Amino acid sequence: MTMNRRQFLRGAAAGAVAVVAAPTAEATPFGPREPKQLPPKAVGMLYDSTLCVGCKACVSACKQANGMPAEQPEQLAAWNEGTWDTAEDISGKTLNVIRVYQNGTMEQKDREKDGYAFVKRHCLHCVDPSCISVCPVSAMRKNPETGIVTHNPDACIGCRYCVYGCPFNVPQYQFDETFGQIAKCQFCNHLQKQGKLPACCDVCPTGASLFGLVTELQAEAQRRLALKPGEMTEFPRGKLGGDRPGHEAPVGHYQPHLYGEHESGGTQVRYLTGVPYQKLGLPELPGQSYASVSEGMQHTLYKGMVAPLALLGGLVVLARRGVKQNEDASNHDEDPPNHDKDQQP
Amino acid sequence: MTAITHQPLGGKVFTKSFLILGLFVLIGAYFILRRFLFGLGDVSHMSNGYPLGVWVAVDVVVGTAFGCGGYAMALLVYIFNRNTYHPLMRPALLSGVFGYTLAGLAVMIDLGRYWNAFNLLLPWYAQLNSVIFEVALCVMAYTTVLWIEFWPAFLERMPLAFKQRFNLDRLQVFLKRYLFLFIGLGVLLPTMHQSSLGSVLLVMGSKLSPLWYTSWLPLLFLTSALAMGYGVVLLEATLTSRGFRLPSESALLTPLSRIAAGVLALFLIVRFGALLAGGHLGLAFAGDVRGNLFLIETVLFLAPIVLLASPTGRASQRRRFLAAVSLLAGGSLYRIDAYLMAVNPGNGWTYFPSAPELMITVGVVCLEIMLYLLFIKTLPVLPGAHQT
Ligand code: SF4
Ligand code: SF4
Ligand code: SF4
Repeated sequence: MTMNRRQFLRGAAAGAVAVVAAPTAEATPFGPREPKQLPPKAVGMLYDSTLCVGCKACVSACKQANGMPAEQPEQLAAWNEGTWDTAEDISGKTLNVIRVYQNGTMEQKDREKDGYAFVKRHCLHCVDPSCISVCPVSAMRKNPETGIVTHNPDACIGCRYCVYGCPFNVPQYQFDETFGQIAKCQFCNHLQKQGKLPACCDVCPTGASLFGLVTELQAEAQRRLALKPGEMTEFPRGKLGGDRPGHEAPVGHYQPHLYGEHESGGTQVRYLTGVPYQKLGLPELPGQSYASVSEGMQHTLYKGMVAPLALLGGLVVLARRGVKQNEDASNHDEDPPNHDKDQQP
Repeated sequence: MTAITHQPLGGKVFTKSFLILGLFVLIGAYFILRRFLFGLGDVSHMSNGYPLGVWVAVDVVVGTAFGCGGYAMALLVYIFNRNTYHPLMRPALLSGVFGYTLAGLAVMIDLGRYWNAFNLLLPWYAQLNSVIFEVALCVMAYTTVLWIEFWPAFLERMPLAFKQRFNLDRLQVFLKRYLFLFIGLGVLLPTMHQSSLGSVLLVMGSKLSPLWYTSWLPLLFLTSALAMGYGVVLLEATLTSRGFRLPSESALLTPLSRIAAGVLALFLIVRFGALLAGGHLGLAFAGDVRGNLFLIETVLFLAPIVLLASPTGRASQRRRFLAAVSLLAGGSLYRIDAYLMAVNPGNGWTYFPSAPELMITVGVVCLEIMLYLLFIKTLPVLPGAHQT
């Protein structure tokens, strides 16, 4: 070892400054990692809020298909006499809900002022999911073909960082269970494996929840956005390009924004809405997943573990000297008597 | 130079305050039992809007920062070769041992599927991109390293015959010879996971207020952990010298307080630099809860720097004590804010810990203090009478 302490420390400091100052332009110490791309055969859902009639057939079908119990929040129990499932939001017992936007007199559907609108809430099956990025034990996985984000309770340790980190607050831990688990829409993976449709898309009477390939759904959404509001057009049901008959209905007054095309690096569930998406509780997000930001940091610092190992090497060398000098310093004085016998030859 | 001899303090272990602490531990244990019988929701107010509560924010994120005394001193003593500080090393290490071990206990209480916790160590489940994965492994490794670094204190206390019988004297020699390896690890691991506790928050994006969210979070968490580590040493030294009427280590604490203030200043420069560059500083004066929390933190961080600015300030035991308390309060608030209070999951979610939830945290902290007292009384931890 020819390098001395001072050189190492100076070098380490210079290295730190270099890492830190490299991309000074943005004044950030690191760049994000490359965004993830949509898998080739990605399946997804187009939810068209203007087509949704709020019947909640999808909510009960989802419960049945996934064996989830009915849910009755206390404040509504008296009103419904315990008969109906009245979940207000997704929870440990509910993977999917229809929520309502209400304003003023609620005269007209899909109008921001004095109107109302529906929105469906469940996992969006992100292209670059935060839940996968944070999970320490790979309990969240994304199918490389279909892009479906599944959850494996046998791997999950219940740390709830997926709940914390998901930009859409989707994963839900069952806090009221002794042995709770994470509940999350897995796009009815078990049904899809049998060649069936996700239950919610299967039962939707208006095609508001439409299943299909993401690329084709994207084209369908763009077709709808290009049409004139009020014009009659054909809307498919169940699966886009499937053999089920569609229905004819007037084109909605769409906001010119397909939610999920870019949000958080893109999602496989996308939304067309009549009122601004912010009003429907859909968060405003940048076109890049925060997962890519956090992983960019990790990859900068820990690439091949080179930096940590180099640092460890330097630290060990310095520590060795430190310990030795320490001993020398103490050995000037007589050893405490009870330590004498401990010395080995 | 004087030889450092550590000596057990001796004295009664089961004092009144010890028993009062024990009472809180029992109350905590009762609620911990309930948590395992009836689930997390039975004792805590955590929700799917705030899935992490005080157990993570306080026991783990703040608790490990309090446990950074050993890390901060090892950096100084062995890496920057400031041998003079060596007498402060072992008590600092001991608080690290308990800070980290009990953070581990809190994690086991907090994990929603604790029976799967072992999966963290199974390579086929490992998720290398996960910051939490790195934190978990580093913290486990560092806790082990801390116990190893502290192990000589046990060995010194054991009767020689006993050691020879179980070959522990060889172990002692082995540890002595390779101590530098563990010291190297003992500096690397906290550097990694304390900065990573900041990286964890990078995924929060717009859920975290811009007053806390910056790409500099890793550096901010690292520097604040170091500053808190020195703060803990200052506090501990003052408390033990007062509480047990030991001679004060003023000659060491005066320069140490200067280092603490320096690291803290570095933290503030990075924090304000990033806020100015990002143009978010204005939010501090918005008059809302988050803005005010930020201002309180800033006052708590500036106070130690002001208190310790002059040589007379640093020489005064009282000022050092106040500065350490303020630094630790500021650092704790910073961490709790970043993990909880500055987080807004939207949708009207709010969080305030329940009484049982808090009692578990209190119980864990009390257990930590009890064990610390027990150890310094029965094991050679504190610097004893100097032999010249
Ligand atoms: S919406 Fe949330 S839970 Fe679903 S894939 Fe995206 S990050 Fe994961
Ligand atoms: S709660 Fe489970 S699925 Fe979610 S991040 Fe933790 S281990 Fe992964
Ligand atoms: S895809 Fe399946 S699990 Fe997901 S919301 Fe629809 S019915 Fe529920």
